[in-house]
Amino acid sequence: MLRARNKTGLVFFPAFDWAISPTHPEREERLLYTQDQVFEEGILDIEGIIEYKPDLVTKKDVQRVHFCVPDLWAVMTESHFISAGGAKTIAMAVMEKQVDCGFALVRPPGHHAGRVVHGARGFCNVNIEAIMIEYIRKAFGVDRVAIVDTDCHHGDGTQDIYWHDPDTLFISIHQDGRTLYPGTGFLSEMGGPNAVGATVNIPLPPNTSEEGILHVIREAVLPILEDFKPEIIVNSAGQDNHYSDPITNMNFSAQGYAELTSLLRPHIAVLEGGYAIEGALPYVNAGIILAMAGMDYSHLKEPDYNPERIRQSPEVTRWVKRSCEKVLENWYQRRQLGELARGDARLIQRDRKIYYDTDNIYERQHETLRVCEDCGGALLIDSAAQDRKHILAVHIPRKACQHCHDQGLAWYEEADLEVYDKVYLQDRAADVMKEKARSA
Amino acid sequence: MIIGLDVGGTHTDVVLLGKEGLVRQIKVSTNPSDLFATVLNGLEKITEDVDPGRIQRAVLSTTLATNRIVQQRMPEVGMIISAGPGMDPELFRTGPHYHVVKGGIDHRGREIAAIDADEIHKVVDVLEKKGIRYVGVVSKFSVRNPAHELAIAEILGKRFEKVFLGHRISGALNFPRRIATTFLNASVYPIHKDFFEAVVKSLAQKGLKLPIRILKPDGGNMRFASSIDYPAQTVLSGPAASVMGSVAFAPQSDTCMVMDIGGTTTDMAMLVNGVPVLDPAGIKIGEHKTLIRSLDTISIGIGGDSVVRVVDGKIHIGPDRMGVAMAYGGPVPTPTDAIFILGIGEGGDLEKARAGMKALADELQVDVQTAAQQVFDQACQTILNEAGAMVERINAKPVYTVHELWEGSRLQPRHYMVLGGPAPGSPRVSRVWATARWKWCRAGRWPTPSVPAWRGQRVR
Repeated sequence: MLRARNKTGLVFFPAFDWAISPTHPEREERLLYTQDQVFEEGILDIEGIIEYKPDLVTKKDVQRVHFCVPDLWAVMTESHFISAGGAKTIAMAVMEKQVDCGFALVRPPGHHAGRVVHGARGFCNVNIEAIMIEYIRKAFGVDRVAIVDTDCHHGDGTQDIYWHDPDTLFISIHQDGRTLYPGTGFLSEMGGPNAVGATVNIPLPPNTSEEGILHVIREAVLPILEDFKPEIIVNSAGQDNHYSDPITNMNFSAQGYAELTSLLRPHIAVLEGGYAIEGALPYVNAGIILAMAGMDYSHLKEPDYNPERIRQSPEVTRWVKRSCEKVLENWYQRRQLGELARGDARLIQRDRKIYYDTDNIYERQHETLRVCEDCGGALLIDSAAQDRKHILAVHIPRKACQHCHDQGLAWYEEADLEVYDKVYLQDRAADVMKEKARSA
Repeated sequence: MIIGLDVGGTHTDVVLLGKEGLVRQIKVSTNPSDLFATVLNGLEKITEDVDPGRIQRAVLSTTLATNRIVQQRMPEVGMIISAGPGMDPELFRTGPHYHVVKGGIDHRGREIAAIDADEIHKVVDVLEKKGIRYVGVVSKFSVRNPAHELAIAEILGKRFEKVFLGHRISGALNFPRRIATTFLNASVYPIHKDFFEAVVKSLAQKGLKLPIRILKPDGGNMRFASSIDYPAQTVLSGPAASVMGSVAFAPQSDTCMVMDIGGTTTDMAMLVNGVPVLDPAGIKIGEHKTLIRSLDTISIGIGGDSVVRVVDGKIHIGPDRMGVAMAYGGPVPTPTDAIFILGIGEGGDLEKARAGMKALADELQVDVQTAAQQVFDQACQTILNEAGAMVERINAKPVYTVHELWEGSRLQPRHYMVLGGPAPGSPRVSRVWATARWKWCRAGRWPTPSVPAWRGQRVR
């Protein structure tokens, strides 16, 4: 009988009745051919591969991560409760040791959704990985988590959520932001002043192939993971680095994705993007499942796979190598860089403009962070979306020190309700989520 | 009138049913090397003094194919497999005559690699040289496009006695199961053909021209003539047949759990609005996972005659059976003995039952009455737990749309139907099922379909 070497959980939720719009890439049949391939290969019959029915996430699960504007119901669709719930289901199965690892093959994706959500951007409304991670931190006491985002687009939402968290390592490998949405994710983006180094961006030039991406995994990602020593490794498994993807420019393959997975050995993989729904996804997904299960994937190739045709140029190879060296250099200097960033400031502020491409929303953020050596630091976000709501949000980190906790509560108490449509508190230390608004 | 004929490995049972119910029932021994004589013998006895014109149809079932698979007594068959990219087709090897050839079809049914006729000709020569007479041909995604299977079949031509094509077996996607199912069809073909010819010839000899049906494991039946092309569809029809029997007496709305508490095992199935729940993938027989549609049934090793032991101060019931209950002269204490001691069963030798239970009671350090109560409660609880697990498993079946996940109904049995139980309206239902069924079982009075001595007890 066919048996998986690693017991592997699988949530398959293709949402065959949900789309952003009828012609949008994020539409009903996105996982249809993946389903066909997975079923036809008989993967679900393999002993040790266990399919789970997704649970729904709760309101509180979402509020632990997001400030939803104007409220949660405006941001979440039924499908989001399920796709985040699917990730949560897999995480629970892993944490309860029912399985060694698991893959949430769910849609819609989430890695472009940041902490404040006014609407959808980059096909994402809420960050399903972050919701999952903050749930297992609460329920199972997990502390150090690493997220490796292998989607072709920069995982700017996940980066935003964990920008100030020194206990969450976020590594994003993606096509260079100068050539692709969302236009961020450069080497210099290394995390907030209290968490310098915990964000690692590895932008790659267009046409990077198996050689380049696997080089990044071996030479940059694995050493950093080794050093960071996470309890849990999460892979945001976007599949749009594939050579046939219609909206990106990379040259990765099913074999490459399977090898990446077996090198990375994530505890939990969560599907992100990937829009070559016929030519890539069926093979890539089957390959990732087999790789997670520790099984032979060497026969899983796209029908038109030709390694010669997608080989990267020597120039790309040089570029990738240089990037990896720079990434490691930054990683080893992260403490000094952190001290430089903090200086002797007590509060550090930054202004940001965020565009929601899917919903055409323009947001301005003014962020205030309490500089702190002992925790992630209390965070205050003043966010206004053009012609929409103006809110104030306070985030108190999970392991907040007394000073940051007091500062956060004070910000929430002192907020002027005449100025803001709503004021939010995310007190992660006490696991209390609150909001208030002036009475109508 | 209807003839029912069940050809088992050792015995063949034949019944004749009329409007009034069971007219006659006989049992003859099966001679596997002369099925014609067996079937003819059975038919002669059952139709003795009966006007052939009054017989409307014959319904058959057989365990011949099942036994061959379970006992692994199958002829050598050839398999020709074309896989294309994906999992290594060698993982699904069925035996020595398993040939993987070129060719590939993708998930949309498009050809991605052509088959090589020369290669297949060579495989044909090899198979012929080995004396292979039955061949299965399976290509990946053949249910999306059977072109490769058809082309290979064309090359095979008439050089083999029977060729089975994967896409004709089932429309479902599952390449390994398609291989296994096609292989089983080819493997049981010769024994089924013997059976088929025996029945057709016997009926002809008796001058009976009847429509003939044969039972399938999904509770349905097929034209006997079709079965020659789908011989594996005759396996494991027994459990389905008893569930279909219960349908006639089950509530036609809501969810009903059917429990058949026997001597060795308890078999369970679910009915939704009077329709049995199907196994989502297909039947598993021996080591083979197939695409043969079947009812979702479970069988647990606990019944009226299960052996009761005390191990480390804990009661263990089953899964083995060593004979009837001690109350009926059996060798070891059983749940049936417990029932007699508790005074909820009739007949049998109470003293023998008590003597058997005494040994268990001593080990448990309680009196005989308490020991019997514990055995009884544990038997009922185990059955109920398994029933609960089955409901849970059916409800945990993944769904793939937002609508089904949010609106999908959960099955929650509102009725329990126990085969064999004229249950009075007792609040302790679980006891009653068990009592009733075990009594029937012991008395050897398995009820006939036409006169339902048992009936379903509806319990809210």
